[in-house]
Amino acid sequence: MSQTYQAKVYVTLRPSVLDPAGTAVQSGLQHLGYDNVGPVRIGKYVELTLTAADESDARTQLDRMCDQLLANPVIENYRFELTPNP
Amino acid sequence: MKTGVIVFPGSNCDRDAAMVTRDLLGLPTRMVWHEESDLSGLDLVIVPGGFSYGDYLRCGAIARFSPAMQAVVQHAERGGLVLGICNGFQVLTEAGLLPGALVRNRDLHFICDRVSLRVERVDLPWTQRYAPQQVITLPIAHGEGCYYADADTLAALEDHQQILFRYCAADGSLTEASNPNGSLGHIAGICNRRGNVLGMMPHPERAADPALGNTDGLKLFEGVLAALSVGV
Repeated sequence: MSQTYQAKVYVTLRPSVLDPAGTAVQSGLQHLGYDNVGPVRIGKYVELTLTAADESDARTQLDRMCDQLLANPVIENYRFELTPNP
Repeated sequence: MKTGVIVFPGSNCDRDAAMVTRDLLGLPTRMVWHEESDLSGLDLVIVPGGFSYGDYLRCGAIARFSPAMQAVVQHAERGGLVLGICNGFQVLTEAGLLPGALVRNRDLHFICDRVSLRVERVDLPWTQRYAPQQVITLPIAHGEGCYYADADTLAALEDHQQILFRYCAADGSLTEASNPNGSLGHIAGICNRRGNVLGMMPHPERAADPALGNTDGLKLFEGVLAALSVGV
């Protein structure tokens, strides 16, 4: 038996990598008067569904997907949330 | 010497590259569609500029898994010459043939300009037709050309003399103003440790035809031709 899961993947630049887009958005927010805004970092959000034998299998597969394609480990970190589809 | 130019959906400098190798240098040149995996008989494989597979997700991320790129990796492992230009450089880093990554330009702009480059090493086929520390001019056109690598990787690149081109001022000095995209170490082009794989953001193929008023890039291709003519 296999189960379908919904995955939400968050890909973010590693802290050591300069994020000029985030810096631009921070300055945009400050121009709007939000002087209380600190550093802004921009990332990617990926949604996908997958079928797997169980949650452990789904996590293993998703981890590999992130490592191989969805994120570039040289510059990015990732995390994901997994929920079984009803 | 036989040349192959990989063509991904979204490549747009493929014919410029072939124009140099086939028309200016008279070399047999084969266009290799991304679904092909046979590179037999090729000496030089060029991964051209453009926007492979739309550059969706990240520049070069999807191209890395194409049958053609799997074959390019094998070609490189056999010691074959591989030249990645612009998007091709991004693809080579994604494929793990070169270290580091190319990220968004420091000032967020897409830059289309001519820049000065310092040739750092001239004992490889790619650069043997240049003089040591020669300053040349090549066009750039990219939005994500800021070279990034962690400190250890950068140190290893320096230690093994893998940096072939650096962005510089007209007099060859490395100033902040002469670094168009914020690349670490002013890096514009690097090779692998063995020296047979070169990735560079500037476009030598766009500076090869005398009709365009600049032939600084032609020497790169002539160097490869000379090296292969005498047998690498």
